[in-house]
Amino acid sequence: MSSLAFAAEAVTGIPHLAAAVPGADNPHADFSDTPWWLSLVKALLVFVFLLVNTLVVIWFERRVIGRMQQRPGPNRTGPFGLLQTLADGIKLALKEDLTPKNADKVVFALAPMIAGAMAFVSFAIIPMGPMVSMFGHRTPLQLTDTPVAVLLVLAVAGVGVYGIVLAGWSSGSTYPLLGGLRSTAQVISYEIAMGLALVAIFLYSGSMSTSQIVYSQRDLWYILPAFFSFLVYVVTMVGETNRLPFDLAEGEGELTGGFHTEYSSLKFAMFFLGEYVNMFTVSALATTMFLGGWQAPPGIAAINDGMFNHGWWGLLWFVIKLWLFMFFFVWLRGSLPRVRYDQFMRFGWKFLIPVTLAWVVAVAFIRGAQLGYFGNSSVGLAGREFPVATLIIVGLIAALALAVTWVWEGKQAEKQAAAEAQLPEEIDPFAGGYPVPPLPGQRLREPSLAIEKESNRA
Amino acid sequence: MTNPYVPLLFLLAIGGGFAVFSVFAASIAGPKRYNRAKLDAYECGIEPTPQAAGGGLRVPIKYYLTAMLFIIFDIESVFLYPFAVAFNQLGLFALVEMVLFIITVFVAYAYVWRRGGLEWD
Repeated sequence: MSSLAFAAEAVTGIPHLAAAVPGADNPHADFSDTPWWLSLVKALLVFVFLLVNTLVVIWFERRVIGRMQQRPGPNRTGPFGLLQTLADGIKLALKEDLTPKNADKVVFALAPMIAGAMAFVSFAIIPMGPMVSMFGHRTPLQLTDTPVAVLLVLAVAGVGVYGIVLAGWSSGSTYPLLGGLRSTAQVISYEIAMGLALVAIFLYSGSMSTSQIVYSQRDLWYILPAFFSFLVYVVTMVGETNRLPFDLAEGEGELTGGFHTEYSSLKFAMFFLGEYVNMFTVSALATTMFLGGWQAPPGIAAINDGMFNHGWWGLLWFVIKLWLFMFFFVWLRGSLPRVRYDQFMRFGWKFLIPVTLAWVVAVAFIRGAQLGYFGNSSVGLAGREFPVATLIIVGLIAALALAVTWVWEGKQAEKQAAAEAQLPEEIDPFAGGYPVPPLPGQRLREPSLAIEKESNRA
Repeated sequence: MTNPYVPLLFLLAIGGGFAVFSVFAASIAGPKRYNRAKLDAYECGIEPTPQAAGGGLRVPIKYYLTAMLFIIFDIESVFLYPFAVAFNQLGLFALVEMVLFIITVFVAYAYVWRRGGLEWD
């Protein structure tokens, strides 16, 4: 299929999605041949997978950032420095475990437990591969799946916030309190936009079960029909995990360390571990929602009657896609400075939320047209059949989006013109009582005149 | 495995066990050397600022407002989920209803914006 026809199909109608199948919102993965002990083994494997990946990604991050900053990064402990994270962990375990005298002792110990434990739970519903044979049973490479699996991820993320806010509050110290509050406000603000971005996926897949969502992407990954959702999700996932450029909770310059300032030893390590496991969870969810989960990339999937979409191959594609997102996280950290807190909150509340809501309405209309809610007539064009209602709706949405950007551009230009017009030609360097540098195109007023003015006022 | 939530508890138990073990191991493995200054609140080396009377860790009101707004909009997005999942069975009626619902919430949103509820200074 040529890329043009592929894109046209993405917008104008996806054959297999159009059929309404009753009960299609139930999980697609079949867990009937999975005894309880096998679930326990799989849970242990997921835990080990996350722990090992965290160890590797911390090393990977430091090496890649090192390269980006023209230095080698850690390279002494083990081959290529691979054991660096393990050494850091052992070092942390042998450090003194402090509890400040103002702290609420019980909550202070409880907070890192919540942060560490909740981080692992969401990964249970991530499909990491198709059916495989394990100890003589046919079982999917997924711990569990429910009809509301994605909602479960959002709920667990909500509980994970308790770890942060309780850590900040129980430390009995100013910086952690501020850091904890900031972090909480940040995570919950961006969770709204994240939740709204996912609605478009549910509209296309007709299910909240992750295995069903992966299954319904077998012909077309949702990154194409829901591209805007993907953009919003990528921004919000960085905001959710408190990573640069959105790591305002621990802005070293202003809050020393944020909510974990007072934590030391393995309690601190729990927060650190939780942050990295959360990065894996949001990346895995992005893979599942937008990049077809464990399915092979389009070209490879066609080889040899889909042999690369069976058995353990799925795990390979899943891990590759997961690590693409991890590299993206590291790349962001290597290239972007931290944003200011008010800019961050303004972007979330005043841009992401309304725009994502409008996008959800647009997708609902496109889906309605595809399902034939506005009539079923179609028009032949260049040998292909295009449904009329879908074309009209897509055209209307594009026109509306263009109109909005045009109005917005005009307003921005107006604002800029106003700002430039207001710039006075010469400024008083001591106007506010402290020295102010001149902006480009401004002259300094003669200081002696300013002093004279001051003395006259006195 | 009939109940899909039991494996979830397995993973929670493993992760929770690991976290609890680590937190307790930290208090056993590390050294303990008493020092009064070490147990003070950390404020970059200066004497800690005295807290207000009554244990008052006072918090800017903005954060409460954000929490309230979060509840409103999160519930909105949760209402959108069943609509999205059942969209292909509900028909045009659901689409119209949902547009009306989103418009209603947008009125509240516009009100909050105009009253300055979304400003950070």
